[in-house]
Amino acid sequence: MIHHAKSAVVGLGISDVGKVYGRSAASFALQAIDRALEDSGLRKEQVDGLLMQNGIAQPGIGLQLQNQAGLKNLRLVNHMNVMGATPASMVQYATMAIQNGMAGCVICVFADAPLQDPGARSSAAMNFARGARQQPTGWASLDAHIGQLNPNAGYAMAARRHMALYGTTSEQLGAIAVSTRAWAVTNPIAQFRTPITIEDHQASRFIAEPFHLLDCCLISNGAVAVIVTGKERVADLKSKPAYVLAMAQGFTGNSRRAGDTHDYMTGATIARDTLYGQIGITAQDIDVCELYDCYTYTTLVTLEDYGFCAKGEGGPFVEDGKLGPGGSLPTNTGGGELSAFYLWGMTPLSEGVIQARGSGGDRQVEKHDLVLVTGNGGMLDYHASLILSPNAA
Amino acid sequence: MTSEQAPPSRPVPVPDEASLPFFDAAARGVLLIKHCAACSRYMAPQAEFCDRCLTDGIEWREASGRGTIYSFIINHQVGHLGFAAVVPYNIVVVELAEGPRLMSNYVGANEELVVDMAVQVVFEAVGDVVVPKWGRA
Repeated sequence: MIHHAKSAVVGLGISDVGKVYGRSAASFALQAIDRALEDSGLRKEQVDGLLMQNGIAQPGIGLQLQNQAGLKNLRLVNHMNVMGATPASMVQYATMAIQNGMAGCVICVFADAPLQDPGARSSAAMNFARGARQQPTGWASLDAHIGQLNPNAGYAMAARRHMALYGTTSEQLGAIAVSTRAWAVTNPIAQFRTPITIEDHQASRFIAEPFHLLDCCLISNGAVAVIVTGKERVADLKSKPAYVLAMAQGFTGNSRRAGDTHDYMTGATIARDTLYGQIGITAQDIDVCELYDCYTYTTLVTLEDYGFCAKGEGGPFVEDGKLGPGGSLPTNTGGGELSAFYLWGMTPLSEGVIQARGSGGDRQVEKHDLVLVTGNGGMLDYHASLILSPNAA
Repeated sequence: MTSEQAPPSRPVPVPDEASLPFFDAAARGVLLIKHCAACSRYMAPQAEFCDRCLTDGIEWREASGRGTIYSFIINHQVGHLGFAAVVPYNIVVVELAEGPRLMSNYVGANEELVVDMAVQVVFEAVGDVVVPKWGRA
């Protein structure tokens, strides 16, 4: 079945990514923009919109990016933030602007540069550990005292609750780490390309139990830019399009009191109905999943929330390896944030564009008519998603 | 004179205006949380507004000090050098009998922790501050 397109992603630019030191977030952003323009065949003068998100880099990218990129006479600019859900959201806002005649061709870019040269032996985490970060006061100082120092705790807490409620096991989370790594092996720009086993996962050191090291994403420097335009302009361009067929967001809220379930029934449960309803599909129609995977658990809970299996059955669902190469539900086919690179919501979005365009090379999934892309941010607080396709009416 | 700097110690809470009543009460052996009388609704100590009636007319109220372990983790990563000698340590989310969920530490052995187990507040002196933590009920 051919669905109507809302817009099309016609350019993708991925900067140098990973342990690339000595460059600013803006430097990565400009490289990604340049590569996206080259990929699309568009000239800079044809761009009239710029949406951006910075990671944690300080100084990062900001509204000055328009001038740094030499973009003149734009009709749409914004610096957006729903954390890891932002990249998919930017494509949505670009699409809405295009549909309403506010812009015709919008660059959406994310950049970050949290890693420092290990020669200086001062990663961001070590700077904090050495007290370089200011001593917090008030409630933040209580968090620091109890040892709640980074996002690992919140996600590990959610995974533990899921385990207690449904019997999910660490080995089942490990199956996600293994299948995701198997995809990374075939991605030339993935940071980790050595295959792993469940035994490797179980033997990797604990970070925040129940999470082992191999349950956690890596950290990357780099940027990704995508260019969104109207479907009617696709014919004039040299690049293959990834059509945007559906788009949605979801935010459950977190009451921080008894009865709140956002840690195992995320905003994806809200976005799902909007997303599927726009084109009349169900989970069974999806060919490829590109899911935000800051942790293995995020993949598992997102699969449940999108209805690929019943709530609580994510563990048994993934343990047969169906998410990996040759499996029945190819998921995170570039290696995801767990094994390829961690550029927030741009990791699943970029791979979704690659798969929808059929440009995945050795890792291209043969049937890729409907590609689900999700973004997640905060502690499972923010969610946005897209359906991408090579085909559209 | 040059010498090795002493490693930093585990961060100690620094009460500010918003959190001072909580820490003062803890020093007296009392766990305070927030309460909206208009809505008969309890909230976490950090709350500044009632998320039902949307006013700031909420006040401190003494909690029972009883709860259950909603979830917990055992942290192995030294995210701050003050924890180098403490890892692996636990962090727990306790669901109070009154409803709000609070994050703190369990003072017993990590191995004792089980989701949904009953716990009781205890008060731990940390430098000049007292912090509500949790023990087996």
